[in-house]
Amino acid sequence: MDIPLEIQTENLVKAFGRHYALRGVNLGLGQGEGLVMIGPNGAGKTTLLRCLAGLARPSEGKVLLRGQELTGGSGELRRHIGFVSHETLLYDDLTPAENLRFYGRLYDVSHLESRVDQLLGELGLGQRSDDPVRTLSRGMRQRLSLARALLHQPTVLLLDEPYTGLDMQATELLERMLLEIATRGRTVLLTTHDLPTALRCGSRLAVLVEGRIAYETRQGTLSEHELRGIYRDLIGAKSEGIPQKGCGHRLERHPR
Amino acid sequence: MRAYLKKVAAIVWKDILAELRTREMLSSMLVFALVVTLVFSFAFELAPMDTARLAPGLLWVAFAFAGILGLNRSFAVEKDRDSLQGLMLAPLDRSGIYVAKMLSNLVFLTAVEAIILPLFWVLYNLRSFPLAIVLIVPLGTLGLVAPGTLFAAMTAHTRAREVMLPLLLLPLSVPVIIASVKVTALLLSSNSLSGAGGWLQLLAACDIVFVVLSVLTFEYVLEE
Repeated sequence: MDIPLEIQTENLVKAFGRHYALRGVNLGLGQGEGLVMIGPNGAGKTTLLRCLAGLARPSEGKVLLRGQELTGGSGELRRHIGFVSHETLLYDDLTPAENLRFYGRLYDVSHLESRVDQLLGELGLGQRSDDPVRTLSRGMRQRLSLARALLHQPTVLLLDEPYTGLDMQATELLERMLLEIATRGRTVLLTTHDLPTALRCGSRLAVLVEGRIAYETRQGTLSEHELRGIYRDLIGAKSEGIPQKGCGHRLERHPR
Repeated sequence: MRAYLKKVAAIVWKDILAELRTREMLSSMLVFALVVTLVFSFAFELAPMDTARLAPGLLWVAFAFAGILGLNRSFAVEKDRDSLQGLMLAPLDRSGIYVAKMLSNLVFLTAVEAIILPLFWVLYNLRSFPLAIVLIVPLGTLGLVAPGTLFAAMTAHTRAREVMLPLLLLPLSVPVIIASVKVTALLLSSNSLSGAGGWLQLLAACDIVFVVLSVLTFEYVLEE
């Protein structure tokens, strides 16, 4: 039985002048599915997530959220999206509680005070809820950013390299929290550079190279060694003559 | 509409709260306006006859440039900390971000004007304080802040934003500044608004056109 698609792209192209960041990405994620996207710098991962979040308008193609086109309209559809980037999108001069209250008002979160307390408690920030964000460590800020993204209980969670700048301990903590909190029935798309992390998260894995999804497979079908080999081949091949390995499959190339 | 206004109010309150913590924007605007007012006051030593003629121009120069200082910061703060993306992600029509930012800028510049205005009257030995000035100043301020907020959003993405904003804003604000100066001069000389009808209409028309055009175009300005 097909899972109804929560978020979907149809031939998504994004160009900046003459440079194509995305060259016809076709992607569909059903409810509760988790996709990990890996790729080198400049592959288009951040641009893809920005398009999926409604932060960038596609040059061609569509982003559909629950079957409705995301761009245009009053922005009400964006209520279903939570977005964590390597930047925290927080206000340094406000406290964690004030930041969450502010975003809560933007998203019309009901029972806001109790929801803020609950999230700060769950993410281990209750003790620092009244300190300015600028005094928090990088790891704490990233956890707060996750709280901001989860505050309105989105159905789609987009995570753009959420581990950037974190030490090993903070990475492990955030990873555990992501697995525990973020994936409770949510559709998750996570981008990362880290191959071991990529193998631990989600139910599907894809490699983005030069704005195209060059390889896609189900999780649990590849060892880290195999993934490393495929990844090296794909990056080396620069999407020319991409080899097919494992049980994954190469996707159709856009004519550009 | 009520939900839209509630979200706009949330952004305005956030801006005020953040500004009260840092006082970066208000202090720079206030110090600049004070310095301009003091320097011109001591440099010119105006005779009473000349005061009514020159003071309105000096007053609006102080307001316009203090406003540019504040406008430059309003989107730069969001852009530098990437929190603008947080606003853009919200389920709010993007015009709401413009309206909120414009109202925040209006609040900050009006606060500075409220301090400068009485001081100006004392330093330039102006006799009576026509109450109508309290109506004229917000009209002129809106004419500066409405396009200024749009241009601040545009130039926040550029490297030379401190230079670009006045280059874009000042030519467009010429009718607003001239009309504000003329109405203020009329008030100072005759203590009434008789004969200022045309200038007031120009001010009101500029305010309406700037606000409407900015609301309509803001979404495209935010996109890269």
